[in-house]
Amino acid sequence: MSTEATRETPPATTPAPAPAAGPTARTTARGPKRPGSATRTGLAATVLLTPFFALFTVAMVIPVGYALWLSLFTEKASGLGFDGPRTVFHGLGNYTEALGDPAFRDGFQVLLGYCAFYIPLMVGGALILSLLLDTALARARRFFQLALFLPHAIPGLIAALIWIYLYTPGLSPVINAMDAGGFGFDFLSTDGILPSVVNIALWEWLGYNVVIFYASLQAVDRSLLEAATVDGAGQWRLAFSIKIPLIRSSLALVLLFTVIGSLQLFTEPLILSRSGASVPSTWTPNMYAYSAAFQRNDYGLAAAASVLIALAAAALSFGVTRFSNRKEARAA
Amino acid sequence: MTSPLVTRRPGGSRWLSRSAVNGVLVLAAAYTLFPLIWLVTAATKDAGNLLGGDVFSFQGFDLARNLSDLTTYQDGIYFRWYGNSLLYAGVGALGCSLVSVAAGYAFDKYRFRGKEKLFAVVLLGVLLPSTALSLPLYLLAVETHTVNTYWSVLIPVLVNPFGVYLSRIFSAGYVPDEALEAARIDGASELRAFWSIGLRMIMPGFVTVFLFQFTAVWNNFFLPLVMLSDKNLYPLSLGLYNWHSNANATPDFYPMVVTGSLLAVTPLIIAFVTLQRHWKAGLTAGSVK
Repeated sequence: MSTEATRETPPATTPAPAPAAGPTARTTARGPKRPGSATRTGLAATVLLTPFFALFTVAMVIPVGYALWLSLFTEKASGLGFDGPRTVFHGLGNYTEALGDPAFRDGFQVLLGYCAFYIPLMVGGALILSLLLDTALARARRFFQLALFLPHAIPGLIAALIWIYLYTPGLSPVINAMDAGGFGFDFLSTDGILPSVVNIALWEWLGYNVVIFYASLQAVDRSLLEAATVDGAGQWRLAFSIKIPLIRSSLALVLLFTVIGSLQLFTEPLILSRSGASVPSTWTPNMYAYSAAFQRNDYGLAAAASVLIALAAAALSFGVTRFSNRKEARAA
Repeated sequence: MTSPLVTRRPGGSRWLSRSAVNGVLVLAAAYTLFPLIWLVTAATKDAGNLLGGDVFSFQGFDLARNLSDLTTYQDGIYFRWYGNSLLYAGVGALGCSLVSVAAGYAFDKYRFRGKEKLFAVVLLGVLLPSTALSLPLYLLAVETHTVNTYWSVLIPVLVNPFGVYLSRIFSAGYVPDEALEAARIDGASELRAFWSIGLRMIMPGFVTVFLFQFTAVWNNFFLPLVMLSDKNLYPLSLGLYNWHSNANATPDFYPMVVTGSLLAVTPLIIAFVTLQRHWKAGLTAGSVK
């Protein structure tokens, strides 16, 4: 990720042909410059970077450090219970407790099932829609982009609220129509909850990813496509042999953010659980951490669970970037 | 004689595939728009018709009553939440974009020791899931007695490592080194050059980061949920959640939740419709490496 991301490239929407501008931008940025004097620019860089890194330290580094520290302690009721609980060093005890708790492990299992549904539907769906938008046959492209994107403007909480109404039998025109059509489905049952949450997340993020894919498809060199068409390539061939390989980096980024987003699953199931749907309070790892902190008041356990979630995110994103970098290297 | 036949056949299949392509797009748009249309019609209904009636008719039209309920309930606490949301999202996004743009510009335009290592740290921050961070932030806020204050929600949203990443890309794309060179020759100090030239040229990046952060904060739920217990400090999302929890017992809350949701999403939808160019630019800048 770091070597890829640090390459300076102008945004693709600038009128200049983006792929060609890559190397040029790089030379101007790294090439010979005449900085006033080293100390002068050093001072300016310090002044400009300080606010960000100060806040970064306060809002990210210290909390992570504090969570690591807290995760090593636990509260013990003292002997007879007269003088309240004491905080005692627990080593990795909170971690073994979390990892040993079937509820926490089930949470990851749920996430796995969620990803197995959500990621192919999301990435595949967004890719297909953007490829359709990119064909010469599509009409009203701006309208479709906006229409698909709009749910992204809806807060996750409100999206969940809207869909709860649309999932409720008797209230929802969708459910009524489905029942009338003979294929009723209980979205709020134990079995229905996973598809219900996948649908809400899909609704919220589909258009966002379509716009990302469509924008990078627009940056694909048109003469390349014309040449392939002259050689007799059809739309399918164009899509699979030229377009998709060329937007690989966008695919990797979307995949990365989708994976990180999946790990954060919290708001939608929480709302569903408060609305009579059959969602246990520790359904996802985040919900487990939340209930450890606020229902059991076990901050050590909550901190350990948060650290484990962050570690899982780091491991997964490392995996995704490694995978996509390797594919890229092979293709190059 | 044969030529019309030859041209007609591809024409016919072209018509077919054109309807297939646009048909799929129409279906997808119906999927994304349908719940929004439902929200608009449902917001006009009274509790009885919302829960029992046909949603896609104007039966039980009572928008005015729903709006006045919103205004009067607990002395219009809804609009206090609205103001809080504007404060968290507006001030948070403004501060965040300034801080991000300054840092991104510095990463792009200056050379200093350990630069790429420092940037790698920023990228690590991008990968940290924000909900995994919210709980540690809460525990820290408890320790520092800042929990349940405006600051507990405002300070964390001033930081967005992805904004720095975007700003660096925008700075490389929009601020030519020659312009800064000229300012230096004219005797401007480095900070002066940033303020009056760099910042102006990087404005598209600034607006993009602002839009992203504004949406993120407006939509944020987990952080306010853990930080705030005073109803007067709630943002919209938390307030609506609160009402929704009451609605199970008191159905009168349903129209307030739905109408309140409609009012809450309206400014963002307007912003996205009018600022299409900017968010598209931002999404692309993030995805093209």
